[in-house]
Amino acid sequence: MTRTAAARLAAVTLVPGRAEGLAFVLAEPLSFWGGLDAASGRIIDRWHPQAGAVVAGRILVMAAGRGSSSGSSVLAEAIRLGTGPAGIVLLTRDAIVTVGAMVARELYGISCPVVTLAEPADWASVTAAARLSVDALPVDAPSLDVGTATAEIALS
Amino acid sequence: MTPALSPLDRDLLDGAHGEAARFAMRLLQRFAEAVGARRFVEAEAAHIDGCLYLGRVSLDFVEHLLRLGGRVRVPTTLNVGSVDLIHPELFQGDAAVGTGGARLMRAHEELGCVPTYTCAPYQTIFRPRPGAQVAWAESNAIVFANSVIGARTNRYGDFIDLCCALTGRVPYYGLHMPENRRARVLVEIASLPPEWDEAGPACIAVGHAIGRLCGDRIPAIRGLPAAASEDDLKALGAVAASSGAVAMFHAVGLTPEAGTIEAAFQGEAPEERILLTAGDLRDIVRRLSTVPDGIPLAAVSLGTPHFSLDEFARLMPLLDGPRPAIDIYVNTGRAVLQELEARGWADRLRDAGVTLVIDTCTYVTAVMRELSGAVMTNSGKWAYYAPGNLGVDVAFGSLADCMASARAGRVVRR
Repeated sequence: MTRTAAARLAAVTLVPGRAEGLAFVLAEPLSFWGGLDAASGRIIDRWHPQAGAVVAGRILVMAAGRGSSSGSSVLAEAIRLGTGPAGIVLLTRDAIVTVGAMVARELYGISCPVVTLAEPADWASVTAAARLSVDALPVDAPSLDVGTATAEIALS
Repeated sequence: MTPALSPLDRDLLDGAHGEAARFAMRLLQRFAEAVGARRFVEAEAAHIDGCLYLGRVSLDFVEHLLRLGGRVRVPTTLNVGSVDLIHPELFQGDAAVGTGGARLMRAHEELGCVPTYTCAPYQTIFRPRPGAQVAWAESNAIVFANSVIGARTNRYGDFIDLCCALTGRVPYYGLHMPENRRARVLVEIASLPPEWDEAGPACIAVGHAIGRLCGDRIPAIRGLPAAASEDDLKALGAVAASSGAVAMFHAVGLTPEAGTIEAAFQGEAPEERILLTAGDLRDIVRRLSTVPDGIPLAAVSLGTPHFSLDEFARLMPLLDGPRPAIDIYVNTGRAVLQELEARGWADRLRDAGVTLVIDTCTYVTAVMRELSGAVMTNSGKWAYYAPGNLGVDVAFGSLADCMASARAGRVVRR
């Protein structure tokens, strides 16, 4: 009988914090503006294959960002309301996502850590995981000052 | 990928220019890392799209900067807000959005931004000079600055536009760099519909096509009508930035960085060629309307982006004749309104049944009194967004068609 050990993957911190939850892998990029209802955390872009699903409390896994820069406000507003994702794992860096999560952290002290994979080859494992925990610390780093600090993603 | 810092950047990060500038510079530093910028350069000016109330976070961010003593460091113009501060009685939406929206606009003024409240800051004295490095938000303004003026900006927005204004710094990447401004796609207009006697519809059709076909790649367009005016190019860019993520286009012989095809492509070869025929252009314009001709109208809406003085000059002679059967709205900015008042045109417009909407726009806020029926517009951008934003049907037509239809109360074409 084999037991799957939880794997740990290296990542790069874009926004610091610690989060754990069920993974939600976006099948296609989503524009938060016009695509996510901040009041409910529901995907409302009717052309998106996961329209109707709720991202609240999940670790959102997305290959890339998309759409209007107003997406930063929508993400920050969702995080403020508690309807946003618990954390975000990106394949490629995205400024709209980074800014939205950073503003929520600065204004409300609510962390939605955002990381990118250190090794793009790990993407297959991340998208296959049921649960993810994101450890994008150091905790004692001054806010907004983590630069290219390393992070860790644990799969289970 | 940490951007290199100049002595000024370090001062900003160390708080030598105040806590708000420090906060903004740190946010900007993280943004620069996310987009892969190597350094920062001076921003000559900024245009802010944060006045539209998208939720409490919009206001909390600006109030936070005010508490930290924030003040913009470069001339900073403001995009439209959620309410017309000059005609507040026009607002018919949710009270929280009205109150929060008005406060949001005032809070930006307290940061030192100029209360232009227009999506066409290039129609004010704050129009940047060719070659200027600026930090502009609002998709149509961005395209216009890059394409028609030859100023240099990326597609900034939410929070970051204001961070650039508070620091006077902008990350040096993308369209700030000359080599990234070259055309990638050649768009050739094979023929224009002979029945189109003005350049407007052709420009809107081409804009719609390049948005869909080019995404965020820069097109060079060959074959636009030579008579295309600045307002026609404004309309082209606005619809291209609606149907796609276009931040810049070249129009050969018309825009400043495209004197020739070779200049537009900076000597490289196009990676794709797109041919548009008269039939294609007619189809695109036809599909902008969601209702057939003859259908009753609730209103006419003009001025998305904000109507220029030249556009008003074209509208004035069309006011002669019977009073319109339905509401006519024209969105414009304060600078243009001032000129309309000085010329006596504002009274003439009001007497002819025109509602002037200042500081905001009919497609982003609740201003229009009657929405049970289709709305007619000459704006490709309004036609693109209004069905989703307002839930209305749209008829698209020329300025003259819009005015004739306003009198008839239904969609008519000359």
